[in-house]
Amino acid sequence: MAIFDDELKDLRERVLKLGCMVEGAIRDSVKALVERDSSLAKEVIKRDHLINALDVGIDEECVRLIALRQPLARDLRLITTAMKITTDLERMGDMAVNIAERAIELNDEPQLKPFVNIPKMAELAQSMVRDALDAFVTGCSRLPYEVIKRDDEVDDLTVKNFEELLSFMIQDPKRIPLAIKRTYIAKYLERIADHATNIAEMIIYMCKGKMIRHTEISDAP
Amino acid sequence: MVEHKSIFEIKDFSIFYGDFMAVKNVMLTIESNKITAIIGPSGCGKSTLLRSLNRMNDLIISSRVAGELLFHGVDIYHKDTDVIELRRRVGMVFQKPNPFPSSVYENVAYGPKIRGIKKKNQLDEIIENALVKADLWKEVKDKLNESGLSLSGGQMQRLCIARSLAQEPEVILFDEPTSALDPISTAHIENLLQELQKTVTIVIVTHNMQQAARISNYTAFMYLGELVEFGDTNSIFVNPQNKLTEEYITGRFG
Repeated sequence: MAIFDDELKDLRERVLKLGCMVEGAIRDSVKALVERDSSLAKEVIKRDHLINALDVGIDEECVRLIALRQPLARDLRLITTAMKITTDLERMGDMAVNIAERAIELNDEPQLKPFVNIPKMAELAQSMVRDALDAFVTGCSRLPYEVIKRDDEVDDLTVKNFEELLSFMIQDPKRIPLAIKRTYIAKYLERIADHATNIAEMIIYMCKGKMIRHTEISDAP
Repeated sequence: MVEHKSIFEIKDFSIFYGDFMAVKNVMLTIESNKITAIIGPSGCGKSTLLRSLNRMNDLIISSRVAGELLFHGVDIYHKDTDVIELRRRVGMVFQKPNPFPSSVYENVAYGPKIRGIKKKNQLDEIIENALVKADLWKEVKDKLNESGLSLSGGQMQRLCIARSLAQEPEVILFDEPTSALDPISTAHIENLLQELQKTVTIVIVTHNMQQAARISNYTAFMYLGELVEFGDTNSIFVNPQNKLTEEYITGRFG
Protein backbone atom coordinates (compact mmCIF):
# COMPACT_ATOMS: atom_id res chain seq x y z
CA MET A 1 0.00 0.00 0.00
CA ALA A 2 2.85 2.34 0.75
CA ILE A 3 3.98 2.12 -2.86
CA PHE A 4 0.51 2.92 -4.13
CA ASP A 5 0.27 5.90 -1.79
CA ASP A 6 3.57 7.18 -3.18
CA GLU A 7 2.29 6.69 -6.70
CA LEU A 8 -0.86 8.67 -5.94
CA LYS A 9 1.24 11.42 -4.37
CA ASP A 10 3.38 11.50 -7.48
CA LEU A 11 0.26 11.65 -9.65
CA ARG A 12 -1.07 14.61 -7.67
CA GLU A 13 2.25 16.37 -8.03
CA ARG A 14 2.31 15.84 -11.78
CA VAL A 15 -1.20 17.25 -12.14
CA LEU A 16 -0.18 20.18 -9.99
CA LYS A 17 2.90 20.76 -12.15
CA LEU A 18 0.75 20.69 -15.28
CA GLY A 19 -1.58 23.19 -13.63
CA CYS A 20 1.32 25.53 -12.81
CA MET A 21 2.56 25.35 -16.37
CA VAL A 22 -0.90 26.12 -17.74
CA GLU A 23 -1.38 28.99 -15.32
CA GLY A 24 2.00 30.35 -16.42
CA ALA A 25 1.01 30.04 -20.07
CA ILE A 26 -2.17 32.02 -19.48
CA ARG A 27 -0.32 34.67 -17.49
CA ASP A 28 2.48 35.04 -20.06
CA SER A 29 0.20 35.04 -23.09
CA VAL A 30 -1.83 37.93 -21.65
CA LYS A 31 1.33 39.70 -20.47
CA ALA A 32 2.72 39.38 -24.00
CA LEU A 33 -0.44 41.05 -25.25
CA VAL A 34 -0.67 43.83 -22.70
CA GLU A 35 3.04 44.62 -22.74
CA ARG A 36 3.29 44.08 -26.50
CA ASP A 37 6.04 41.55 -25.97
CA SER A 38 5.97 39.21 -28.99
CA SER A 39 9.05 37.29 -27.94
CA LEU A 40 7.23 36.27 -24.73
CA ALA A 41 4.25 35.23 -26.87
CA LYS A 42 6.54 33.06 -29.00
CA GLU A 43 7.88 31.48 -25.85
CA VAL A 44 4.36 30.50 -24.75
CA ILE A 45 3.79 28.86 -28.13
CA LYS A 46 7.13 27.09 -27.92
CA ARG A 47 6.45 25.79 -24.42
CA ASP A 48 3.09 24.22 -25.30
CA HIS A 49 4.60 20.87 -26.24
CA LEU A 50 5.75 20.46 -22.63
CA ILE A 51 2.15 20.81 -21.49
CA ASN A 52 1.04 18.27 -24.08
CA ALA A 53 3.73 15.80 -23.05
CA LEU A 54 2.82 16.11 -19.39
CA ASP A 55 -0.86 15.60 -20.25
CA VAL A 56 -0.08 12.39 -22.15
CA GLY A 57 2.24 11.20 -19.38
CA ILE A 58 -0.44 11.70 -16.72
CA ASP A 59 -3.02 9.85 -18.82
CA GLU A 60 -0.65 6.93 -19.28
CA GLU A 61 0.11 6.84 -15.59
CA CYS A 62 -3.61 6.83 -14.76
CA VAL A 63 -4.23 3.91 -17.11
CA ARG A 64 -1.30 2.07 -15.57
CA LEU A 65 -2.61 2.64 -12.05
CA ILE A 66 -6.09 1.47 -13.02
CA ALA A 67 -4.67 -1.67 -14.62
CA LEU A 68 -2.15 -2.59 -11.95
CA ARG A 69 -3.61 -1.21 -8.72
CA GLN A 70 -7.30 -1.67 -9.48
CA PRO A 71 -8.20 1.39 -7.45
CA LEU A 72 -11.51 1.68 -5.65
CA ALA A 73 -13.47 4.35 -3.81
CA ARG A 74 -11.53 7.59 -3.24
CA ASP A 75 -8.48 6.23 -5.08
CA LEU A 76 -10.62 5.50 -8.11
CA ARG A 77 -12.22 8.93 -7.94
CA LEU A 78 -8.81 10.60 -7.63
CA ILE A 79 -7.44 8.79 -10.67
CA THR A 80 -10.49 9.32 -12.88
CA THR A 81 -10.53 12.97 -11.83
CA ALA A 82 -6.85 13.33 -12.72
CA MET A 83 -7.52 11.85 -16.16
CA LYS A 84 -10.37 14.21 -16.86
CA ILE A 85 -8.88 17.41 -15.52
CA THR A 86 -5.61 17.00 -17.40
CA THR A 87 -7.65 17.11 -20.59
CA ASP A 88 -9.16 20.40 -19.46
CA LEU A 89 -5.74 21.73 -18.49
CA GLU A 90 -4.26 20.76 -21.83
CA ARG A 91 -7.08 22.56 -23.63
CA MET A 92 -6.39 25.66 -21.53
CA GLY A 93 -2.81 25.47 -22.69
CA ASP A 94 -4.04 25.48 -26.28
CA MET A 95 -6.17 28.55 -25.51
CA ALA A 96 -3.09 30.30 -24.12
CA VAL A 97 -1.32 29.50 -27.39
CA ASN A 98 -4.22 31.04 -29.28
CA ILE A 99 -3.98 34.16 -27.14
CA ALA A 100 -0.24 34.30 -27.82
CA GLU A 101 -0.82 34.02 -31.57
CA ARG A 102 -3.37 36.84 -31.54
CA ALA A 103 -0.97 38.87 -29.35
CA ILE A 104 1.76 38.55 -31.97
CA GLU A 105 -0.65 39.73 -34.67
CA LEU A 106 -1.93 42.62 -32.57
CA ASN A 107 1.53 43.68 -31.45
CA ASP A 108 2.39 44.43 -35.09
CA GLU A 109 -0.46 46.92 -35.27
CA PRO A 110 -1.11 50.20 -33.46
CA GLN A 111 -3.00 49.68 -30.22
CA LEU A 112 -6.73 50.20 -30.48
CA LYS A 113 -7.16 51.17 -26.83
CA PRO A 114 -5.57 50.19 -23.54
CA PHE A 115 -6.51 46.76 -22.22
CA VAL A 116 -8.90 46.88 -19.29
CA ASN A 117 -11.25 43.91 -19.37
CA ILE A 118 -8.85 41.31 -20.69
CA PRO A 119 -6.27 41.60 -17.88
CA LYS A 120 -9.12 41.35 -15.36
CA MET A 121 -10.45 38.25 -17.09
CA ALA A 122 -6.98 36.74 -17.21
CA GLU A 123 -6.48 37.36 -13.51
CA LEU A 124 -9.82 35.73 -12.72
CA ALA A 125 -9.16 32.76 -14.99
CA GLN A 126 -5.73 32.20 -13.46
CA SER A 127 -7.15 32.34 -9.96
CA MET A 128 -9.77 29.79 -10.98
CA VAL A 129 -7.11 27.40 -12.23
CA ARG A 130 -5.00 27.97 -9.14
CA ASP A 131 -7.84 27.44 -6.67
CA ALA A 132 -9.23 24.42 -8.52
CA LEU A 133 -5.82 22.78 -8.32
CA ASP A 134 -5.39 23.77 -4.68
CA ALA A 135 -8.64 21.95 -4.02
CA PHE A 136 -7.37 18.97 -6.00
CA VAL A 137 -4.39 18.70 -3.69
CA THR A 138 -5.82 19.80 -0.36
CA GLY A 139 -9.15 18.03 -0.72
CA CYS A 140 -12.64 19.03 0.15
CA SER A 141 -13.38 22.64 0.92
CA ARG A 142 -15.39 25.59 -0.34
CA LEU A 143 -12.77 26.36 -2.97
CA PRO A 144 -14.23 24.46 -5.94
CA TYR A 145 -17.63 26.04 -5.32
CA GLU A 146 -16.03 29.49 -5.32
CA VAL A 147 -14.28 28.69 -8.58
CA ILE A 148 -17.61 27.81 -10.18
CA LYS A 149 -19.15 31.09 -8.98
CA ARG A 150 -16.25 33.09 -10.40
CA ASP A 151 -17.06 31.78 -13.87
CA ASP A 152 -20.06 34.14 -13.94
CA GLU A 153 -17.76 37.14 -13.44
CA VAL A 154 -15.68 36.04 -16.40
CA ASP A 155 -18.80 35.60 -18.50
CA ASP A 156 -19.99 39.11 -17.57
CA LEU A 157 -16.64 40.57 -18.52
CA THR A 158 -16.76 38.74 -21.86
CA VAL A 159 -20.07 40.43 -22.65
CA LYS A 160 -18.86 43.80 -21.42
CA ASN A 161 -15.69 43.53 -23.50
CA PHE A 162 -17.67 42.64 -26.59
CA GLU A 163 -20.09 45.54 -26.16
CA GLU A 164 -17.26 48.02 -25.81
CA LEU A 165 -15.49 46.68 -28.88
CA LEU A 166 -18.75 46.66 -30.79
CA SER A 167 -19.14 50.39 -30.29
CA PHE A 168 -15.56 50.87 -31.53
CA MET A 169 -16.38 48.85 -34.62
CA ILE A 170 -19.59 50.77 -35.28
CA GLN A 171 -17.79 54.09 -34.94
CA ASP A 172 -15.05 53.11 -37.37
CA PRO A 173 -15.31 49.98 -39.50
CA LYS A 174 -11.55 50.13 -40.18
CA ARG A 175 -11.08 49.02 -36.57
CA ILE A 176 -13.03 45.83 -37.14
CA PRO A 177 -10.02 43.52 -37.80
CA LEU A 178 -8.27 44.56 -34.60
CA ALA A 179 -11.44 44.62 -32.53
CA ILE A 180 -12.38 41.13 -33.67
CA LYS A 181 -9.03 39.79 -32.57
CA ARG A 182 -9.62 41.30 -29.18
CA THR A 183 -13.03 39.66 -28.93
CA TYR A 184 -11.35 36.37 -29.83
CA ILE A 185 -8.95 36.76 -26.96
CA ALA A 186 -11.77 37.43 -24.55
CA LYS A 187 -13.51 34.35 -25.89
CA TYR A 188 -10.37 32.26 -25.29
CA LEU A 189 -10.25 33.47 -21.70
CA GLU A 190 -13.90 32.74 -21.29
CA ARG A 191 -13.24 29.20 -22.54
CA ILE A 192 -10.35 28.85 -20.09
CA ALA A 193 -12.69 29.79 -17.26
CA ASP A 194 -15.16 27.17 -18.51
CA HIS A 195 -12.45 24.52 -18.37
CA ALA A 196 -11.55 25.66 -14.86
CA THR A 197 -15.22 25.26 -13.96
CA ASN A 198 -15.13 21.69 -15.32
CA ILE A 199 -12.12 21.02 -13.14
CA ALA A 200 -13.85 22.41 -10.06
CA GLU A 201 -16.87 20.22 -10.77
CA MET A 202 -14.65 17.17 -11.04
CA ILE A 203 -12.96 18.08 -7.74
CA ILE A 204 -16.39 18.12 -6.11
CA TYR A 205 -16.98 14.69 -7.61
CA MET A 206 -13.64 13.52 -6.29
CA CYS A 207 -14.51 14.72 -2.79
CA LYS A 208 -18.16 13.82 -2.60
CA GLY A 209 -18.64 11.09 -5.18
CA LYS A 210 -21.42 13.10 -6.75
CA MET A 211 -21.48 14.40 -10.31
CA ILE A 212 -22.73 17.97 -10.31
CA ARG A 213 -21.96 18.69 -13.94
CA HIS A 214 -24.96 19.93 -15.90
CA THR A 215 -26.96 20.40 -12.73
CA GLU A 216 -27.73 23.36 -10.52
CA ILE A 217 -25.50 23.30 -7.48
CA SER A 218 -27.92 22.89 -4.63
CA ASP A 219 -25.71 21.69 -1.81
CA ALA A 220 -22.90 24.24 -1.90
CA PRO A 221 -21.61 24.68 1.64
CA MET B 1 -40.91 0.30 -12.42
CA VAL B 2 -38.37 -2.15 -11.09
CA GLU B 3 -39.77 -4.64 -8.65
CA HIS B 4 -37.79 -5.16 -5.49
CA LYS B 5 -38.75 -8.36 -3.82
CA SER B 6 -37.06 -9.40 -0.63
CA ILE B 7 -36.47 -13.08 0.05
CA PHE B 8 -34.60 -12.83 3.34
CA GLU B 9 -35.18 -10.26 6.01
CA ILE B 10 -32.55 -10.32 8.69
CA LYS B 11 -33.73 -8.35 11.70
CA ASP B 12 -31.58 -7.45 14.66
CA PHE B 13 -29.95 -10.82 14.22
CA SER B 14 -27.03 -12.04 16.33
CA ILE B 15 -25.08 -15.28 16.40
CA PHE B 16 -23.11 -16.55 19.38
CA TYR B 17 -20.50 -19.25 19.67
CA GLY B 18 -20.65 -19.89 23.40
CA ASP B 19 -20.07 -16.47 24.93
CA PHE B 20 -18.54 -15.06 21.78
CA MET B 21 -20.84 -12.85 19.73
CA ALA B 22 -19.77 -13.55 16.15
CA VAL B 23 -22.55 -11.59 14.44
CA LYS B 24 -23.97 -8.52 16.13
CA ASN B 25 -27.48 -7.19 15.61
CA VAL B 26 -27.43 -7.33 11.85
CA MET B 27 -30.25 -5.73 9.89
CA LEU B 28 -30.18 -6.73 6.24
CA THR B 29 -32.60 -7.47 3.43
CA ILE B 30 -31.63 -9.89 0.67
CA GLU B 31 -33.44 -9.26 -2.57
CA SER B 32 -34.57 -12.15 -4.70
CA ASN B 33 -32.91 -12.83 -8.05
CA LYS B 34 -30.00 -10.61 -7.18
CA ILE B 35 -26.44 -11.34 -6.22
CA THR B 36 -25.57 -10.04 -2.78
CA ALA B 37 -21.90 -10.13 -1.82
CA ILE B 38 -20.66 -10.10 1.76
CA ILE B 39 -17.13 -8.81 2.20
CA GLY B 40 -14.95 -8.13 5.19
CA PRO B 41 -11.69 -9.21 6.81
CA SER B 42 -11.21 -12.72 8.19
CA GLY B 43 -13.16 -13.28 11.34
CA CYS B 44 -15.68 -10.53 10.68
CA GLY B 45 -18.61 -12.95 10.82
CA LYS B 46 -19.45 -12.99 7.13
CA SER B 47 -19.32 -16.78 6.72
CA THR B 48 -21.16 -17.23 10.00
CA LEU B 49 -23.91 -14.96 8.76
CA LEU B 50 -24.00 -16.76 5.41
CA ARG B 51 -24.26 -20.15 7.08
CA SER B 52 -27.09 -18.96 9.26
CA LEU B 53 -29.25 -18.46 6.16
CA ASN B 54 -29.81 -22.20 5.85
CA ARG B 55 -29.03 -23.01 9.47
CA MET B 56 -25.72 -24.68 8.79
CA ASN B 57 -24.51 -23.14 12.06
CA ASP B 58 -26.82 -25.54 13.88
CA LEU B 59 -24.10 -28.10 13.29
CA ILE B 60 -21.81 -26.19 15.62
CA ILE B 61 -22.83 -27.34 19.08
CA SER B 62 -22.27 -24.14 21.05
CA SER B 63 -23.91 -21.83 18.55
CA ARG B 64 -27.13 -19.98 19.21
CA VAL B 65 -28.90 -17.05 17.65
CA ALA B 66 -30.97 -14.06 18.69
CA GLY B 67 -33.24 -11.87 16.62
CA GLU B 68 -35.19 -12.79 13.55
CA LEU B 69 -34.20 -14.32 10.24
CA LEU B 70 -37.17 -14.33 7.94
CA PHE B 71 -37.28 -16.38 4.74
CA HIS B 72 -40.36 -15.41 2.76
CA GLY B 73 -41.58 -13.75 5.93
CA VAL B 74 -41.24 -16.85 8.11
CA ASP B 75 -38.60 -17.11 10.82
CA ILE B 76 -36.36 -20.04 9.89
CA TYR B 77 -35.21 -20.37 13.48
CA HIS B 78 -38.74 -21.17 14.62
CA LYS B 79 -38.94 -24.60 16.26
CA ASP B 80 -41.33 -25.87 13.59
CA THR B 81 -38.95 -25.21 10.72
CA ASP B 82 -38.21 -28.25 8.58
CA VAL B 83 -34.47 -27.77 8.37
CA ILE B 84 -33.96 -30.40 5.66
CA GLU B 85 -36.53 -28.68 3.46
CA LEU B 86 -34.97 -25.30 4.27
CA ARG B 87 -31.59 -26.56 3.07
CA ARG B 88 -33.18 -27.88 -0.11
CA ARG B 89 -34.62 -24.46 -0.82
CA VAL B 90 -31.45 -22.67 0.29
CA GLY B 91 -28.47 -24.56 -1.09
CA MET B 92 -24.82 -24.04 -0.42
CA VAL B 93 -21.53 -24.26 -2.28
CA PHE B 94 -18.28 -24.12 -0.37
CA GLN B 95 -14.78 -22.82 -0.83
CA LYS B 96 -13.20 -26.15 -1.60
CA PRO B 97 -15.01 -28.26 -4.21
CA ASN B 98 -16.42 -31.21 -2.28
CA PRO B 99 -18.04 -33.72 -4.62
CA PHE B 100 -19.11 -37.00 -3.07
CA PRO B 101 -16.73 -39.88 -3.80
CA SER B 102 -19.11 -41.24 -6.38
CA SER B 103 -19.87 -40.81 -10.06
CA VAL B 104 -20.75 -37.49 -11.66
CA TYR B 105 -24.27 -38.83 -12.14
CA GLU B 106 -24.68 -39.97 -8.54
CA ASN B 107 -23.36 -36.69 -7.20
CA VAL B 108 -26.20 -34.83 -8.85
CA ALA B 109 -28.77 -37.59 -8.33
CA TYR B 110 -28.18 -37.74 -4.57
CA GLY B 111 -30.57 -34.99 -3.58
CA PRO B 112 -33.43 -35.89 -5.90
CA LYS B 113 -33.16 -39.56 -4.84
CA ILE B 114 -33.46 -38.57 -1.19
CA ARG B 115 -36.46 -36.52 -2.15
CA GLY B 116 -37.98 -39.77 -3.40
CA ILE B 117 -37.48 -39.47 -7.13
CA LYS B 118 -36.79 -43.00 -8.31
CA LYS B 119 -37.72 -43.18 -11.99
CA LYS B 120 -34.65 -43.40 -14.17
CA ASN B 121 -35.93 -41.17 -16.96
CA GLN B 122 -37.07 -38.51 -14.51
CA LEU B 123 -33.71 -38.57 -12.74
CA ASP B 124 -31.89 -38.45 -16.07
CA GLU B 125 -33.81 -35.34 -16.99
CA ILE B 126 -33.17 -33.60 -13.66
CA ILE B 127 -29.46 -34.41 -13.88
CA GLU B 128 -29.07 -33.22 -17.44
CA ASN B 129 -30.91 -30.00 -16.61
CA ALA B 130 -28.80 -29.35 -13.55
CA LEU B 131 -25.56 -30.04 -15.41
CA VAL B 132 -26.65 -27.83 -18.31
CA LYS B 133 -27.53 -25.01 -15.94
CA ALA B 134 -24.19 -25.42 -14.19
CA ASP B 135 -22.55 -25.19 -17.64
CA LEU B 136 -20.91 -28.57 -17.17
CA TRP B 137 -23.03 -30.83 -19.35
CA LYS B 138 -20.93 -30.53 -22.49
CA GLU B 139 -17.80 -31.48 -20.60
CA VAL B 140 -19.17 -34.49 -18.70
CA LYS B 141 -22.00 -35.90 -20.77
CA ASP B 142 -19.77 -38.75 -21.95
CA LYS B 143 -18.38 -39.51 -18.52
CA LEU B 144 -21.35 -39.43 -16.23
CA ASN B 145 -20.22 -42.66 -14.63
CA GLU B 146 -16.72 -41.49 -13.91
CA SER B 147 -15.84 -40.33 -10.42
CA GLY B 148 -16.74 -36.75 -9.59
CA LEU B 149 -13.30 -36.51 -8.03
CA SER B 150 -11.62 -37.10 -11.39
CA LEU B 151 -12.74 -33.70 -12.69
CA SER B 152 -10.64 -30.54 -12.64
CA GLY B 153 -11.07 -28.09 -9.73
CA GLY B 154 -13.30 -25.75 -11.73
CA GLN B 155 -15.38 -28.67 -13.03
CA MET B 156 -15.74 -30.12 -9.53
CA GLN B 157 -17.01 -26.75 -8.30
CA ARG B 158 -19.53 -26.63 -11.13
CA LEU B 159 -20.51 -30.21 -10.25
CA CYS B 160 -21.23 -28.99 -6.72
CA ILE B 161 -23.32 -26.18 -8.19
CA ALA B 162 -25.18 -28.74 -10.34
CA ARG B 163 -25.72 -30.91 -7.25
CA SER B 164 -27.26 -27.93 -5.55
CA LEU B 165 -29.36 -26.99 -8.60
CA ALA B 166 -30.81 -30.50 -8.83
CA GLN B 167 -32.64 -29.67 -5.61
CA GLU B 168 -34.35 -26.77 -7.36
CA PRO B 169 -33.30 -24.28 -4.72
CA GLU B 170 -34.53 -20.70 -4.53
CA VAL B 171 -31.30 -19.47 -3.05
CA ILE B 172 -27.72 -20.67 -3.29
CA LEU B 173 -25.18 -19.55 -0.72
CA PHE B 174 -21.59 -19.43 -1.92
CA ASP B 175 -18.74 -19.35 0.57
CA GLU B 176 -15.68 -18.20 -1.37
CA PRO B 177 -16.51 -20.47 -4.29
CA THR B 178 -13.53 -19.54 -6.44
CA SER B 179 -10.72 -18.99 -3.97
CA ALA B 180 -9.24 -22.40 -4.83
CA LEU B 181 -9.60 -21.90 -8.59
CA ASP B 182 -7.45 -20.42 -11.34
CA PRO B 183 -8.57 -17.18 -13.07
CA ILE B 184 -10.13 -18.98 -16.04
CA SER B 185 -12.20 -21.33 -13.89
CA THR B 186 -13.05 -18.33 -11.72
CA ALA B 187 -14.31 -16.35 -14.71
CA HIS B 188 -16.32 -19.39 -15.76
CA ILE B 189 -18.01 -19.61 -12.34
CA GLU B 190 -18.58 -15.85 -12.23
CA ASN B 191 -20.33 -15.94 -15.60
CA LEU B 192 -22.33 -18.89 -14.40
CA LEU B 193 -23.46 -17.05 -11.26
CA GLN B 194 -24.68 -14.15 -13.33
CA GLU B 195 -26.60 -16.55 -15.52
CA LEU B 196 -28.08 -18.40 -12.51
CA GLN B 197 -29.19 -15.15 -10.95
CA LYS B 198 -32.12 -15.08 -13.38
CA THR B 199 -33.67 -18.04 -11.58
CA VAL B 200 -31.89 -18.26 -8.22
CA THR B 201 -31.05 -15.72 -5.55
CA ILE B 202 -27.36 -15.71 -4.78
CA VAL B 203 -25.53 -14.70 -1.64
CA ILE B 204 -21.76 -14.90 -1.88
CA VAL B 205 -19.02 -14.43 0.65
CA THR B 206 -15.77 -13.44 -1.00
CA HIS B 207 -12.36 -12.15 -0.05
CA ASN B 208 -11.86 -11.06 -3.60
CA MET B 209 -13.17 -7.53 -3.71
CA GLN B 210 -12.87 -7.32 -7.45
CA GLN B 211 -15.08 -10.38 -7.65
CA ALA B 212 -17.72 -8.72 -5.50
CA ALA B 213 -17.42 -5.63 -7.70
CA ARG B 214 -17.67 -7.66 -10.91
CA ILE B 215 -20.66 -9.81 -10.18
CA SER B 216 -22.79 -8.54 -7.32
CA ASN B 217 -25.75 -6.18 -7.34
CA TYR B 218 -25.45 -5.41 -3.64
CA THR B 219 -22.53 -5.49 -1.29
CA ALA B 220 -22.47 -5.78 2.48
CA PHE B 221 -19.31 -4.91 4.38
CA MET B 222 -18.89 -6.53 7.78
CA TYR B 223 -16.34 -5.85 10.48
CA LEU B 224 -16.04 -7.41 13.93
CA GLY B 225 -19.44 -9.02 13.61
CA GLU B 226 -21.22 -5.85 12.63
CA LEU B 227 -22.74 -4.90 9.33
CA VAL B 228 -20.88 -1.67 8.67
CA GLU B 229 -22.33 -0.71 5.33
CA PHE B 230 -24.76 -2.14 2.84
CA GLY B 231 -25.65 -0.70 -0.51
CA ASP B 232 -25.71 -1.21 -4.23
CA THR B 233 -22.33 -2.47 -5.32
CA ASN B 234 -21.52 0.55 -7.44
CA SER B 235 -21.99 2.94 -4.52
CA ILE B 236 -19.94 0.78 -2.17
CA PHE B 237 -16.97 0.59 -4.52
CA VAL B 238 -17.08 4.09 -5.97
CA ASN B 239 -18.31 6.16 -3.07
CA PRO B 240 -18.62 4.30 0.21
CA GLN B 241 -20.18 6.34 2.99
CA ASN B 242 -18.40 4.74 5.91
CA LYS B 243 -14.75 5.41 6.64
CA LEU B 244 -14.12 1.78 7.62
CA THR B 245 -15.56 0.55 4.33
CA GLU B 246 -13.39 3.03 2.47
CA GLU B 247 -10.26 1.91 4.30
CA TYR B 248 -11.02 -1.75 3.78
CA ILE B 249 -11.75 -1.64 0.08
CA THR B 250 -8.83 0.65 -0.68
CA GLY B 251 -6.51 -1.68 1.20
CA ARG B 252 -5.60 0.78 3.95
CA PHE B 253 -7.11 -1.18 6.75
CA GLY B 254 -5.84 -1.10 10.31
